[in-house]
Amino acid sequence: MSSYADGDVMHKVSSRRWPRVRARFSRDGLGSLAFLLPLLVIFGIFSWFPIVRALVMSLQETNLVSEPTFVGVENFARVLADPLFATAVRNTAYFSFLALLIGFPIPIVLAVIMSEARRGKGLMSGLAYLPVVVPPVVSVLLWKQVFFNASPNGLFNTILGWIGLGPLPWLQNATSAMPSIVIEATWAGAGATVIIYLAALLTVPPELYDAAEVDGASIRQKIWHVTLPQLRGVLFVTLILQLIATAQLFTEPFLFTGGGPANSTMSLLLLIYHYAFQNSLGGEYGMAAALSIMLAAFLGIFTAGYFWLTRSWSTSS
Amino acid sequence: MRMPSRRRGTRTPTQADRGIVSAADWRRSRVRLAMRILQGTTLLFLLIVGLGPLLWMVKSSITPTQDTLRMPMALWPHGFDLGQLATAWSRTHIDRYLLNTVWIAAGSWLVQIVVATTAGYALSVLKPRFHRILSGLVLATLFVPALVLLVPLYLTVVDLPIVHVRMIDTFWAVWLPAGASAFNVVVIKRFFDNLPREIFDAARVDGAGPFQLFWRIVLPMSRPIIGVVSVFAVIATWKDYLWPLLVLRKPDLQPLSVRLPTLQPTTDLGVFIAALTISSLIPIVLFLLFQRLFLRGPGLSGAIKG
Repeated sequence: MSSYADGDVMHKVSSRRWPRVRARFSRDGLGSLAFLLPLLVIFGIFSWFPIVRALVMSLQETNLVSEPTFVGVENFARVLADPLFATAVRNTAYFSFLALLIGFPIPIVLAVIMSEARRGKGLMSGLAYLPVVVPPVVSVLLWKQVFFNASPNGLFNTILGWIGLGPLPWLQNATSAMPSIVIEATWAGAGATVIIYLAALLTVPPELYDAAEVDGASIRQKIWHVTLPQLRGVLFVTLILQLIATAQLFTEPFLFTGGGPANSTMSLLLLIYHYAFQNSLGGEYGMAAALSIMLAAFLGIFTAGYFWLTRSWSTSS
Repeated sequence: MRMPSRRRGTRTPTQADRGIVSAADWRRSRVRLAMRILQGTTLLFLLIVGLGPLLWMVKSSITPTQDTLRMPMALWPHGFDLGQLATAWSRTHIDRYLLNTVWIAAGSWLVQIVVATTAGYALSVLKPRFHRILSGLVLATLFVPALVLLVPLYLTVVDLPIVHVRMIDTFWAVWLPAGASAFNVVVIKRFFDNLPREIFDAARVDGAGPFQLFWRIVLPMSRPIIGVVSVFAVIATWKDYLWPLLVLRKPDLQPLSVRLPTLQPTTDLGVFIAALTISSLIPIVLFLLFQRLFLRGPGLSGAIKG
């Protein structure tokens, strides 16, 4: 992408001729409008309007039958009073914690080892990325039906049996259900992060390694004092992106367990779905909107605070 | 993004290859052995974890159900059962649902490309009044988590404002919202921003209007970026589950991803795994064909680089 700098220069050169062209085109306003039309219609109806509507709906009592009425913050109060809300917050936080605990370091280690390979780098990154392209529904159903099968003949239990362990109940038990989901979610997602780190590792200036060697640094010291500090900026961004993604856990518990056993995998997004779509007679759309907005606001404030707190670390590189 | 290219210019070829482990390190036999073991283990790990489950799925789709249930790790103790693939294809109507998926992906792709290219062109080249505000409004939606939209978007599709059209159980309910992808617009606009303005000016001097400029010059020049956006759009639609589940209630219209969970309880396990294999075939083939786009994909979203 070296064309960036060139593009800027060209832009400056051509801007002298620009006013004439601009004048021509503002007379030709119909052309501009025609090209803006798809954007205005599609984003207007399916993005901007629903965002505003979410805010309005959270303050309304809405069903599809009668006219919506304003109820103030009642939807928020009802969500906060729902015992399932506390459960969902706890479960989602637990999932995020476990998913980051194993899902954050593994891609870093893999990417560092892979980037040092002299042969087969393409093969390894292809293999790492493969689970990411499998449709989530397919992988969840495959893991549910076979890998996590709780009978001694389940695939994982067969392997555990070889070393004299198990059988484990996997998804059938309230304590092991969430960790099982974390294992599948990490498998399905880690490849994408590996690719990001591999790209970031290419940008570490080799002069830094040379300099570290002059100072007599060992391989381990080079990783610790050069590689990881140089990746700092990327690591901060991927950490928060992973956290935001884990907070929106839905497909896995929805298909694996439906939130069970004993609500142990009821996530916040699953609760939103339950509010809005579980009751066939007309959902609690107001409560669903209120919970969506609370979660989005929390993530927004958390992200802003995170960047504010880490601004001195991540920019100094 | 500018950093690596500048460095590439000044670096000598011998330096270009170096990473953490230096050439001097590589000459030490202990380091070489350790690296070989480490990388061998990593490759083995990636083979087992990345490829293993998929190979296992393919294997189980052509071996009898009883083997899958009783001896999941044995290779093929009782031979093959190729009939499962045929049964999945015809009797469980995977063919019809796959066709639905293809239709949904094709329509979503078209809407996304039309919206992203016209919007990118208007905002980057034509620059009408308010183009800055509009770009800002598009960018802002990137920061709104998709979950906030779920319920209001659903109600919008149930009863389209002003015209009061119900789009539930039509493909439009998936196609049109797919177009509101800020990511596509931003990526395409950035690409258009970097096209040389001289060519546009020359075309205008030759009397090309905005439509000709778009159709004859900008679109042909942006084939690479349209290709990238297309592949990602198709894979994303293929993976989508929750939205089509909400808006397509008639089984006849549902894509494979939505049908699979409902088929599972009534389908023989071997046949079901054969259906899973068929479902993942197209995304995996697309990935193998366009590997480079995926494995270099992060370079596109420069925002990732902190």
